[in-house]
Amino acid sequence: MTDPIDFHAWPDADGRFGGFGGRYVAETLMAPLAELTAAYEHYRMDPAFIAELDRDLAEYVGRPSPIYHAERLSREVGGAQILLKREDLNHTGAHKINNTVGQALLAKRMGKPRVIAETGAGQHGVATATVAARLGLKCVVYMGATDIERQKINVYRMKLLGAEVVPVTAGSQTLKDALNEALRDWVTNVHDTFYIIGTVAGPHPYPKMVRDFNAVIGREARAQMQSRYGKLPDALVACVGGGSNAIGLFHAFLNDAGVAIYGAEAAGDGLDTGRHAASLAAGRPGILHGNRTYVLCDDAGQITETHSVSAGLDYPGVGPEHAWLKETGRATYLGVDDGEALAAFHTLARTEGILAALESSHAVALGMRLARDMRPDQAVLVNLSGRGDKDVHTIAAREGIEL
Amino acid sequence: MSATVHNRIDVRFAALREQGRTALIPFITAGDPSIEATLAAMKAAVAAGADLIELGVPFSDPMADGPVIQKASERAIAAGTDAPAVFELVNRFRAGDTCTPVVLMGYLNPVEIHGRERFAREAAAAGVDGLLLVDAPLEEAAPFQALLSEQGLHQILLAAPTTGGERRAQLASAATGFIYYVAFAGVTGAARLNAQAVSAPVAALRELANVPVVIGFGVRDAASAREVGALADGVVVGSALVERMATATDPATAGATAGEFLGSLRAALDSTAK
Repeated sequence: MTDPIDFHAWPDADGRFGGFGGRYVAETLMAPLAELTAAYEHYRMDPAFIAELDRDLAEYVGRPSPIYHAERLSREVGGAQILLKREDLNHTGAHKINNTVGQALLAKRMGKPRVIAETGAGQHGVATATVAARLGLKCVVYMGATDIERQKINVYRMKLLGAEVVPVTAGSQTLKDALNEALRDWVTNVHDTFYIIGTVAGPHPYPKMVRDFNAVIGREARAQMQSRYGKLPDALVACVGGGSNAIGLFHAFLNDAGVAIYGAEAAGDGLDTGRHAASLAAGRPGILHGNRTYVLCDDAGQITETHSVSAGLDYPGVGPEHAWLKETGRATYLGVDDGEALAAFHTLARTEGILAALESSHAVALGMRLARDMRPDQAVLVNLSGRGDKDVHTIAAREGIEL
Repeated sequence: MSATVHNRIDVRFAALREQGRTALIPFITAGDPSIEATLAAMKAAVAAGADLIELGVPFSDPMADGPVIQKASERAIAAGTDAPAVFELVNRFRAGDTCTPVVLMGYLNPVEIHGRERFAREAAAAGVDGLLLVDAPLEEAAPFQALLSEQGLHQILLAAPTTGGERRAQLASAATGFIYYVAFAGVTGAARLNAQAVSAPVAALRELANVPVVIGFGVRDAASAREVGALADGVVVGSALVERMATATDPATAGATAGEFLGSLRAALDSTAK
């Protein structure tokens, strides 16, 4: 019998989670990545940096976020108790700011006056523009032209915050293309630019660093569960696009063998239609955006276009740590299609008075599905990673309502 | 197997050194807009004085490339260009040219999905001489090395302005075939070439390495080719050529366009005998 894996000991020094992760980038970026890794490893142990980060998380982001017992929802589903980790209550309305606060502090310490970011739904773009405004950093956000169209409110928010939003018209004009374009900007402007990646993908150290900044979600949740219920939840659920909110919730619980872990991937029109964004459930190991992970691609190795009602999950790759959690069997990744996510959005709104982001609605849907087959004395903790204000136009349009 | 001794890249650079000439290395995206056009352009390039051909294997997400090569890749993918199509192209080129080295340049995912070992084997069988994987820096390239050399293929490594001294030495000692020096921090085709900035790092690399050093990124015309050609063993011209060929609608025009442009670069390089 083999010893249980210490999940907290990964990645290794090369940024590998088992066979996933690494640093698959052009030579030009190797030195900047080494510099970033050294700075991050230094400051993450620096008491002054930690104190400043903690203060920002408390006073600017509004942490800790509460755990809310969704009683009416739980009753309606009939089964386990559904608890919501309310990341939607953070400043800017999603978990994304946990990470941008941290990376912006690092950018400032490293003396980089300009920050760039990629964004899909616009939440990470807004969170980056927000911290850039606060620290007086110049900010450029790359966003696929398709996403700009379906997330107009967030585009305007970024502009109000002083950021320049650059439309990306290459490829499928969504998140993956925005990431390519941000990488091209970074390779061109490495001398004065800090690239704030918004998810746990990209080359090492990003998957680790973004995870660490978001791991506050799970650390808080674990302590909140123990102090309030005297036990850990029976299952965790989070939506997975790149996977930052999910790994943020999961990480503190990875060594708690009694806690089942589930990721909800965007099944779009359905996993069997080919129109989805479920890299783990329906993809294969490959290399994209600087790391080895599960990707959606054809037999020639070309990355395929994805589909999801939620722009934030519309990504053909996934963080390498999730690929590893899948392979080790520690976490289970299941598809939730557009219809099931939208239904969950409405059910949560009607029973609890909470408008969840479409991304998070995938997690709510899977949480409901799991809770149904569990006992009432069990608990499912769902990460409500963002609020749905940004999505009301999308939902209205889909349902034929003119605003 | 010690096939590396007879690798066409080594043979070609040895001959150039003897003649005191600088290698002219065109980059052409395979299958843009068709395999026939690429084949015509390869032949015309050789006729115009190209010494080695870099053949781009298209990838959907070319993160180190500027807009010109991005669009060329999109056209090539739309035309159905995959690894087997590229191997078939090289095979056909070899039927008429057994000497000009061909290096495949691309990104890892298509190679991984095809299968590393299978890719190396089929590339070698088709008559390929080297492989340059843009997103496989030294550390990630290492696992490939044995696989490629077993097939007599060279792995071409990139060096960049951000590559520090210690790493430069590691790179120089691991290099096979030649080292491709990226002239500036940026994407292919950008107008950022500065020969003065390139001079010292390339000289340092040539000092360290047992293989030739070529310069690429930003070579646009005869003047820039002449300027950086004087500093290195070879010059790569990519975006400027691909951009000219983008307007060619048939193989004959593609060949003529490539031949004419490369001829002017050849003349410029030969005007500065070493």
